[in-house]
Amino acid sequence: MKTNTLFPRADIIGFAVLAVVIFLLLPAVLDSFRLNLFGKYLTYAFVAVGLALCWGAGGILSLGQGVFFGLGGYCMAMFLKLEASTPENTAIQSTPGIPDFMDWNQLTALPWWWEPFYSLPFTILAVVMVPVVFAFVIGVAMFKRRVGGVYFAIITQAFAAILTILIIGQQGFTGGVNGITDLRTLWGWDIRTDEAKEILYYVNGVLLFAVLFAAQFVRKSKLGRLLIAMRDQEDRVRFSGYDVASFKIFIFCLGAAFAGIGGAMFTLQVGFMSPTLVGIVPSIEMVIFCAVGGRLSILGAVYGALVVNWAKTTFSESFPELWLLGLGGLFIAVVMLFPNGLAGIWSEQIAPRLTKLISKNTNPATGQGAPAE
Amino acid sequence: MTDESSKKPNQSQSTGMNRRAVLAGGTALTASLFMPKNLMAADYPTAEVNTTGLAVTDDTVTIGILHSITGTMAISETGSVQAEKLAIDQINAQGGILGRKIEYIQEDGASDWPTFAEKAKKLLVNDKVASVMGCWTSASRKAVLPVFEQYNGFLYYPTFYEGLEQSPNVIYTGQEATQQIIAGLDWVSETKGAKTFYLLGSDYIWPRTSNKIARKHIENFLGAKVVGEEYYPLGHTQFNSVINKIRLKKPDVIYAIVVGGSNVAFYKQLKAAGIDMTKEDPIVLTISVTEDEIRGIGGENIEGAYACMKYFQSLTNENNMEFVKSFKEMWGDDMVIGDVTQAAYLGPWLWKAAVEKAGSFDVDKVRAATPGIELGTAPEGYVKVHDNHHLWSKTRVGLAKADGQYDVVYETAELVEPDPFPEGYQ
Repeated sequence: MKTNTLFPRADIIGFAVLAVVIFLLLPAVLDSFRLNLFGKYLTYAFVAVGLALCWGAGGILSLGQGVFFGLGGYCMAMFLKLEASTPENTAIQSTPGIPDFMDWNQLTALPWWWEPFYSLPFTILAVVMVPVVFAFVIGVAMFKRRVGGVYFAIITQAFAAILTILIIGQQGFTGGVNGITDLRTLWGWDIRTDEAKEILYYVNGVLLFAVLFAAQFVRKSKLGRLLIAMRDQEDRVRFSGYDVASFKIFIFCLGAAFAGIGGAMFTLQVGFMSPTLVGIVPSIEMVIFCAVGGRLSILGAVYGALVVNWAKTTFSESFPELWLLGLGGLFIAVVMLFPNGLAGIWSEQIAPRLTKLISKNTNPATGQGAPAE
Repeated sequence: MTDESSKKPNQSQSTGMNRRAVLAGGTALTASLFMPKNLMAADYPTAEVNTTGLAVTDDTVTIGILHSITGTMAISETGSVQAEKLAIDQINAQGGILGRKIEYIQEDGASDWPTFAEKAKKLLVNDKVASVMGCWTSASRKAVLPVFEQYNGFLYYPTFYEGLEQSPNVIYTGQEATQQIIAGLDWVSETKGAKTFYLLGSDYIWPRTSNKIARKHIENFLGAKVVGEEYYPLGHTQFNSVINKIRLKKPDVIYAIVVGGSNVAFYKQLKAAGIDMTKEDPIVLTISVTEDEIRGIGGENIEGAYACMKYFQSLTNENNMEFVKSFKEMWGDDMVIGDVTQAAYLGPWLWKAAVEKAGSFDVDKVRAATPGIELGTAPEGYVKVHDNHHLWSKTRVGLAKADGQYDVVYETAELVEPDPFPEGYQ
């Protein structure tokens, strides 16, 4: 594969613009508090990028991405919680040295499956691998049986509900409704300071770009074209001799891995993890980020996550009693007027006019995710 | 910045022996401190009362209100928001605090714990509010706690809760678990001769911790017996199997800590199963149903049950008559006032008293001035802030009536000492 096909000129510009926004523009105009908020929004972008691949390209609508986001987040939270629960910090407990919520639930020893999370390398591996393994199991169970479309969406939603109930029910092991809170340090480095938040924001940005490059690679590879072919005419791809299920499992696992990384970065930046980020509502919200951004575009997904969350924060600060109505109105407007989301507005309205303006000889910079039939 | 050592409870405050030691004759010392004083802002230059850059001007001071007004918790938290706004209005009508009117910035926690943390940070870092009235669920409090400790904010938290916490940055205006549980169990044991108890609750930290304390008290102090203990997921609505078990075990008391939507199903099914609570066989004793919840359950479905709280709307003292009247004037005649709503109302008043005692809005000075603050004008009667940041309060038992109100059938003679880390109950 030649580099110029991996990165067509329009995409290079898109990536460059996003890099400028994330690494230069936002840090320059925002104070530390707002920057941290945008850092939080960007963690959702990991999920949205995964969804743009699964749903936009592959046609697999998952309403359970919160599960993978949550698994990644919980893995990181377990590590941080163990580090925060030193015997000195927890001296007032009946059993010092275990996380506080375990003590409240009358546990007297750390459960065995918490033990490995004393290790940071293991945790980092788990952040990616736990969601991937879980997605693999779901994927094999579903795609090998050719469960797809609406049924798949409903089943993933059920998984989101199940995991939430499980976490809440097993509160002695998971922190229950409260979640895992009061996280303080990462290998002795205080993650609560403004300076740490700023560093984490940049780490988050770099990781997001790594994920975006991976997604771009998939999109432009043969796999990406197969995905789109599968989305539009699954049977034809199958009759051509491709193992459709394996491709779907792969892309679903990839989306889960992205979501897990996002979840871990969320935990680091927000300082806790709770089941409200795992359930049905956040899972659907993540689909909305992707839809608003334009589900065909991986860059659009990032902007979607940023714009929706920024709107949510701004509306709720300005109109605490009415903000949900405003946000609902925004979604309806976007879906009715711009079915391809922000990316659609760009590629259909702005980009053609820009190109016309700049030069009549160059090819218009459209075609992002156009059906490849 | 967080001071690690200050997070630990003040052990000397809570030895097992004086756990329920009470404040003798406290009620005699009431009121006078809280009469309007007409403090002039000019006597308190801004530069002196605000040395840490809070949102204090020559004639205003800004505080935050942080509750859920959307989402599943909105129905519970709205009463708290209303009570806090009423208190702020009344304080302003009296001339404000140190001659400054209170302004508030309200944020919506949206029943979502990360949102609570985000908004708490916004209020403290961006808005520099001098204090925050807020949170309702334990989960939301746990989410904002590190934020308040990191940025040295000051939170007034209104809900009765499980205890096991004592932050230098939070004043708990509701009861911790022992204050709500022990006096009620003593009462039901003494006056009703209860010998067997069936504990049940929704499955999360508050009911579990509360039942743990209840069980220890029943077994170790009352010499009675727990014949069953069960938990159901939040939102659970099928209680028929447990009702059958209860009928088999025939406990004297059903001790119920069911919350939210489950309440409606639980009491309706109890009634439908032929357990007439007015006959008191068994007695139903709850710590999770206030007047607010009865609106959802329906008075006729819970008539005859007993609730153990520190406040009921039907209290007949003068403070409360005045409070109920003002509340209804501001928010409408059909409003009911539950235990937490009253506790929320105390927040701004306690803060006002602490600021005036400190002569400053600085959080560190307000914190130092807070222990020992008394409030004679509280609707629940006289309250006092303990060194452990919880309130000395009376415990009361109410009998639910068909009209959705409680008849107060018992109250402790003295204030009950708050003990968030009760020894012998862990």
